[in-house]
Amino acid sequence: MSYDLSSEIILFLPLLSFLVLSLFGKKIKPEISGIIGTMILAIVAFLSLYVAFGYFFDFGKVDGVYVKHIVTQFSWLQFNENLSIDMGIVLDPISVMMLIVISFVSFMVHLYSLNYMKGEDRFTMYYAYLALFSFSMLGLVVAVNLFQMYMFWELVGISSFLLIGFYFTKPSAIAAAKKAFIVTRFADLGFLIGILMLSYGAKTLDFFVLIERLTATGSPYIASFTATSFLGLSTLSWALLLVFAGGAGKSAMFPLHIWLPDAMEGPTPVSALIHAATMVVAGVFLVARLFPIFAISAPDALHIIAYIGAFTALFAAIIATTQTDIKRVLAYSTISQIAFMMFALGVSGWGEGNNEGYTASMFHLFTHAFFKALLFLGAGAVIHAVHSNEMKDMGGLRKALPITHITFLMACLAIAGVPPFAGFFSKEAILSAAYNANLPIFYVAVFTSGLTAFYMFRLYFRIFWSKPAVKHEGHGHESHTWAMNIPLIILAAGAVFAGFIPFGSFVSAEGKAIELPFHLMFSIIPVLVGLTGILIAYVLYGKKSDLPAKISNSISFVYQSAYHKFYIDEIYLFVTKKILFNLIGRPSAWFDKNVVNGGMINGSASGTVMFSGAIKKMQSGRLQTYAMFFLGGVLILAALLVIKFI
Amino acid sequence: MEQVPLSHVLILSSILFFLGIYGFFTRRNLITVLMSIELILNSVNINFVAFNKYLYPHQLEGVFFTLFIITIAAAEVSLAIAIIINLYRRFNTIDIDDTDTMKY
Repeated sequence: MSYDLSSEIILFLPLLSFLVLSLFGKKIKPEISGIIGTMILAIVAFLSLYVAFGYFFDFGKVDGVYVKHIVTQFSWLQFNENLSIDMGIVLDPISVMMLIVISFVSFMVHLYSLNYMKGEDRFTMYYAYLALFSFSMLGLVVAVNLFQMYMFWELVGISSFLLIGFYFTKPSAIAAAKKAFIVTRFADLGFLIGILMLSYGAKTLDFFVLIERLTATGSPYIASFTATSFLGLSTLSWALLLVFAGGAGKSAMFPLHIWLPDAMEGPTPVSALIHAATMVVAGVFLVARLFPIFAISAPDALHIIAYIGAFTALFAAIIATTQTDIKRVLAYSTISQIAFMMFALGVSGWGEGNNEGYTASMFHLFTHAFFKALLFLGAGAVIHAVHSNEMKDMGGLRKALPITHITFLMACLAIAGVPPFAGFFSKEAILSAAYNANLPIFYVAVFTSGLTAFYMFRLYFRIFWSKPAVKHEGHGHESHTWAMNIPLIILAAGAVFAGFIPFGSFVSAEGKAIELPFHLMFSIIPVLVGLTGILIAYVLYGKKSDLPAKISNSISFVYQSAYHKFYIDEIYLFVTKKILFNLIGRPSAWFDKNVVNGGMINGSASGTVMFSGAIKKMQSGRLQTYAMFFLGGVLILAALLVIKFI
Repeated sequence: MEQVPLSHVLILSSILFFLGIYGFFTRRNLITVLMSIELILNSVNINFVAFNKYLYPHQLEGVFFTLFIITIAAAEVSLAIAIIINLYRRFNTIDIDDTDTMKY
């Protein structure tokens, strides 16, 4: 089968699965529908590997440089000769890499859910939603055009909304789904404005034409774009920052991160798929897609991205150390890791042509997908066993859940950056890129990776140690079948070995192979910091002790504010409920009720009623009155005629 | 033989016409109202024939129109009588003031 055909099939099989499961779901047995969905994703995952193999080793390389390969492209909406919205499929290093990540993690989650979601109501719809999500995410990464990407972007948003709110009988799930949708939608407004500005300035929406026009030296498009500036940034930088705002919404960058922790209300496999490996990296992917424009024409925008990323990484890591709900710890850890990818892209704004941050970011995206999906699926297995999200209900589970324990440990080692696990390599690359670009960000990053090691191992020790080991508590839940264990094992293999892929030779900003710097001396400090974090976690949480409580009491203020997520949610509530509702919401409600409804709608209705009441008396039912009117009309006409002819 | 001038004929038809109008507005009996309408129609007929004869003696359209109007008037009278009979059955009267129920 040809590679082009395969990549088209990859995109449309999940859509087919969604249509079949949602339209005919009632007629299919739930078990069968789960198996259908999983089989389709298995095919998609296999085809993605096939296409990736073909792209990287067969047809993708021209003169030693990976070039874009447009599989198909057609004009969907033609505005004028110059501007049209196209639909198509493009293969280039990052989209091919994302195809692997998405289809693979999605397949693992499908497989895992067979057991995890067994017996749930609307099991078929769950699989339909998963398929819709996979379709939109795959469509997003192969988009040829900013607007196509935007459409799939919104599709991703809606399928995420459906999945977060899957348990729609729980009020908290509904609130979380709405919050996620509204926050990301708000950010997407910025994205849309950014798209319009870019397309206005460059007269195109096509990614590659856009990049070409906005990076060429002496290009008239850049000149007109940068001619005006606002608050010290050129129009181009503002457009790119607005696009980044959309990405920050999806990727949960500060201050738009508030939806991600709440999104943990969804089923745990969904968290693994959406809120760990795929949807939340869409923002990183977006910046990476437009990276040449950022790097060449608007490095100041990249600086802002770098600062936001570094701050978010630290901020989320601090919160993660205090949370007690295991999924929330993972959520904040995700925010922190995504922020790592974000500032890795951002640090390329310093230093001409030094784009190792780009490769490092994509590398971390790739490895993070494995170990974070693994962590979520492992957490799902734990929750499945103890029926609680809270750490205090856990402890000593290492004997009861041996496979989960081992794989979870591997994922923790990977995310903590311990060699030779996958996270080590990608994190070293990011740190090195930061070191070469901006030292303050480097120090923040090193400190954050120490914190990462600490909170991940806090999680690990609290779940699996800290209490005497328990064997089977008798409610028979270590009966995790192969459907739950196999994904854990496969992802663990990814978490261990994915770091050995010579990533730099496949993915880089220019398409040329680059060598990711790797110095033993440089790695010593971050690894030592990571190990220190693990050690502290062991001392505090390895056995049950009251030391953590003492420490948290002694720094009560800091601890409390971190525990309450620095009151960001409260600030949002204050701004929306107290300020926006009172200053804008209530006046506009009053205006709507009294002016629009009362004055314009009811007013015109009652005016009509009064007028008709006044003139209806003319219809008296008396024949001779009508005749009088008739005669009067005729006489007037006759008089007019006479006047005219005199 | 000296002809009757056109103006005399037109005066006759005008008198007939306004007699009809007067009857239409003042009578209370529906049958007389109907007869007034016939007067109006006939005044128009006279006009048609007169104009045909005095202005266009070589054409026949005025005469034809008159024939049509007479036919239609016959049909209209039968219809009107039918309506009046139905009114009488329902209201037991054919006084025009008592039959004003078709209104707002």
